[in-house]
Amino acid sequence: MKHLAILAALIAPVAAIADPNPADWDAVKAEAKGQTVYWNAWGGSTTTNDFLAWVGSRVSEDYGVILEHVKLTNTADAVTRVLAEKQAGENDDGAIDMIWINGVNFAAMKEADLLFGPYAEQLPNWSVVDVAEKTVQSDFTVPTDGFESPWAMAQVVFVHDTADMPERVGSMQALLEWAQANPGRFSYPQPPDFLGTTFLKQVLVDILPDASVLSAPATDENYAEVSAPLWAYLDALTPNLWREGKAYPATGTAMFPLIADDELDLSISFSPGAASTAIANFELPDTVRTFVLDKGTIGNASFVTVPYNSGSKAGAMIVANFLMSPEAQARAQDPAILGYGTVLDMTAITADERAVFDGLDLGIATLSPADRGTVQAEPHPSWATRLADDWADRYGVAQ
Amino acid sequence: MIGRIVTALRSKLSTDVKTRHDHKSRRVLPVLPAITLLAMLGPVIAGLYGTILPAFGHLPAAGLTGPTLSPFYDLFDWAGLPRAVMLSVGVGVGATALALTIVALLTAGWSGTPAFRFLERLLSPLLSVPHAAAAFGLAFLITPSGWLSRAVSPAITGWDRPPDLLIVQDTWGLTMMAGLVIKEVPFLLLITLAALGQADTGRSAAVAKALGYGRLTGWLKTVFPRVYAQIRLPVYVVLAYSMSVVDVAVILGPNTPPSLSVYIVRLMSDPDLAMRLQGAAAALLQLALVIGALMAWRIGEAIVTVLGHRWIMSGTRGKIDPIVGGLALTAGIVCAFLVLAGIVVLGVWSFAGYWSFPDFLPDQLSGRNWMRFGPGTVEALGETALIAAVVTLAALALTVGCLEAEYRYGLRLSSRGIWLLYLPLLVPQTAFLPGLQTLMLNIGADVGRLPVMLAHLVFVLPYVFLSLADPFRAWDVRMGVIANALGARPDRVLWKVRLPMLLRPVLTAAAVGFSVSVGQYLATLLIGGGRVATLTTEAVALASGGDRRAIGVYGLMQTGAALILFALALIVPAIVWRNRKGLRYG
Repeated sequence: MKHLAILAALIAPVAAIADPNPADWDAVKAEAKGQTVYWNAWGGSTTTNDFLAWVGSRVSEDYGVILEHVKLTNTADAVTRVLAEKQAGENDDGAIDMIWINGVNFAAMKEADLLFGPYAEQLPNWSVVDVAEKTVQSDFTVPTDGFESPWAMAQVVFVHDTADMPERVGSMQALLEWAQANPGRFSYPQPPDFLGTTFLKQVLVDILPDASVLSAPATDENYAEVSAPLWAYLDALTPNLWREGKAYPATGTAMFPLIADDELDLSISFSPGAASTAIANFELPDTVRTFVLDKGTIGNASFVTVPYNSGSKAGAMIVANFLMSPEAQARAQDPAILGYGTVLDMTAITADERAVFDGLDLGIATLSPADRGTVQAEPHPSWATRLADDWADRYGVAQ
Repeated sequence: MIGRIVTALRSKLSTDVKTRHDHKSRRVLPVLPAITLLAMLGPVIAGLYGTILPAFGHLPAAGLTGPTLSPFYDLFDWAGLPRAVMLSVGVGVGATALALTIVALLTAGWSGTPAFRFLERLLSPLLSVPHAAAAFGLAFLITPSGWLSRAVSPAITGWDRPPDLLIVQDTWGLTMMAGLVIKEVPFLLLITLAALGQADTGRSAAVAKALGYGRLTGWLKTVFPRVYAQIRLPVYVVLAYSMSVVDVAVILGPNTPPSLSVYIVRLMSDPDLAMRLQGAAAALLQLALVIGALMAWRIGEAIVTVLGHRWIMSGTRGKIDPIVGGLALTAGIVCAFLVLAGIVVLGVWSFAGYWSFPDFLPDQLSGRNWMRFGPGTVEALGETALIAAVVTLAALALTVGCLEAEYRYGLRLSSRGIWLLYLPLLVPQTAFLPGLQTLMLNIGADVGRLPVMLAHLVFVLPYVFLSLADPFRAWDVRMGVIANALGARPDRVLWKVRLPMLLRPVLTAAAVGFSVSVGQYLATLLIGGGRVATLTTEAVALASGGDRRAIGVYGLMQTGAALILFALALIVPAIVWRNRKGLRYG
């Protein structure tokens, strides 16, 4: 094993440079040139993968930064890795330079001091970000404090095939009744998949008379009582799920082929434009539309963050800044590409840039921002963790 | 090609001439066997060591020191454990028993017939199809909205939408078992074929026939006991593999809860490092289960022997032979069909435009998916090919070195030593790879390609050794004597005479090694820390996203990468030896 250690020591480039200062952007640009940035991001969506590849080609052209997409099946893997590196004393050039992150994973990394920064609010493009209207400075109620920079807005939408399910439903209670009348036609991704966990939160937010309790951390005292209606709801829903709840789709995108096959009539997505994008990619029939609940649905921002031990922090900041540029944001919002919501303030960008956004055809299945209703706040991350664990004990182990 | 693997088994029975050559260059060669054993067993032992420590609560990287039994208590607290264990044991034992039964009955009823030769030719190339690709193909065929259902809908079934049936990811793991059986039947069949040569089949079968035994019963009563003695170790490999497989389980297995191996991998990648303790405990449990299953199988062999003796003594001639034989042939054909049709359906999806149920073919076919995912697969193909090439070359060098040392100095594995070759294949991957990962983490060496290559070598070496050993030993040593007499030193004899003459078996061994490396999932994922992306890891990662077009492209590329060297092993000797008739077929 000693040989391995020596070999590894030989392979690992020696790097112990002082951290770049995000306020000195010219210095950041100079340092970033030639750096390789390993961006660890969920790799299950081929459209996202294509977008990331495009970002890579653009930052390479403009800044000489080489971007490598490390495709994760679970963002927690990246958190593990940084933690493991810290414990192993790898403080200068870890394997990860940037992570697509939010929620529980960000809270965990921030709390364990695994992040570089604050840097986000010194990035040049921060000036055009919509800090007033969009939740870009708190992540699942946890303040970002500049340790992560936003790049996309997401909101829960329900995806239905109007050929089989012509009418939307307005509440979670109505969804349950519809599922009972149409057994086997709805499913959600298996928690702890983030969209599956979001579905649990969405149920709770919608059926609780007062959801404000969720914005504070869950406690041993209030958890059982607050979550009880959710389990009653799921006990009624589960036998009416696809496959009677004995199997679940692995992720949100895995539900699209099931709709195309006519196995499902209804599913959920965290990206308002994803259905239109999928129609363009032949993955969904063109009869698919989206809707939100009467009271609105949960929304949040997607961020990127830089681990404290990245050896390419300057390069990572270049990428983070590019992601907030009008060019990248307009491309991400194009449903033919990605269909993600923008984080930018439309009044802060130039008229020409705005024209690009206005010119986007959002697609037949995409609701306009005005039709998406109220964006409900994400519960505190402690709720997500507990709900997912509890779900696994109740429904994730066949009795 | 697998013939070469099994003929190695034969060698322990044979008494071949050990030619000893004394010469001066005794430097590297004599230590190569030791290096080979170290490369093969070192990581396994280190990995088991790295599993045992955290299983008892000792993980300095997370600031935890043991010993404590709490990881086991945590593990036994998990409500899904009984079912996860049942899945691991049930699927492993079931798949092995089923595959072995099909192969035994198929060979018994049909060996020597044209139907058998046809099936043999059909199944041989299927051996190199990676497990993940075969599993994807099977899933695309048999889900309620799969190709088989589309073929008969709505005309026969009346389904205009797929029925809500739990087939893929079924709670009992039956689909997962099927996915393993269709891949293990070709393996065991070719192993059995290679063993047949040793078993004096012809005369035994003729005698049985003369005594009025049916073809199948006669073969089972006279030939099978001898054949089984020779294929026992490969059967154990199949059992250990099926019990601990991860990629097939991720694609076809249930998730509520998953099999023990999938659970171990999940624990090992939890953000909470402390979960690795529980993962290590689960890995030890997996090891115990495999050892227990192997012992139970051994006892089962004894029971079958006793029952078999009774059956033989009963003198039944086999009235139902035609029925059983027919069933076995059908099963064999179904296995071949499912793998082949699976690859075809991967191909159709890779070119598919919109494709709704119950259409048998997509609305339109286009190259768009290949344009989209092609560049990504090429990148992954580069990584895959680089790792596989380096690992295969290293394995070949070590193997040739060992065999040449054996030839020159008589340094030969004893018949017990053959177990050592099989050991890396018998220890469940999920038992030692997580430990190896933790150990590398502790010494800070877990980044990059090189550790992945070393981990691949553990699995590639045994296969390369087993496939090359026999042709190498069967080489006519008189050629060496002639070359010696003409003044060539042993090294020159090796490079100029022996290896060129053995070009085809060497290439075949390389093809085996290459395809084993291409198919490695867990070793790449855990040791590469997610940063080494091969076609296999990319394809399995795509499974969670469910994009069938992308899976089609990656699955085909993966299959192609594994097959290409087999094609070269056929073509290259034919070209190089186009004017040497006796060497062309090797």
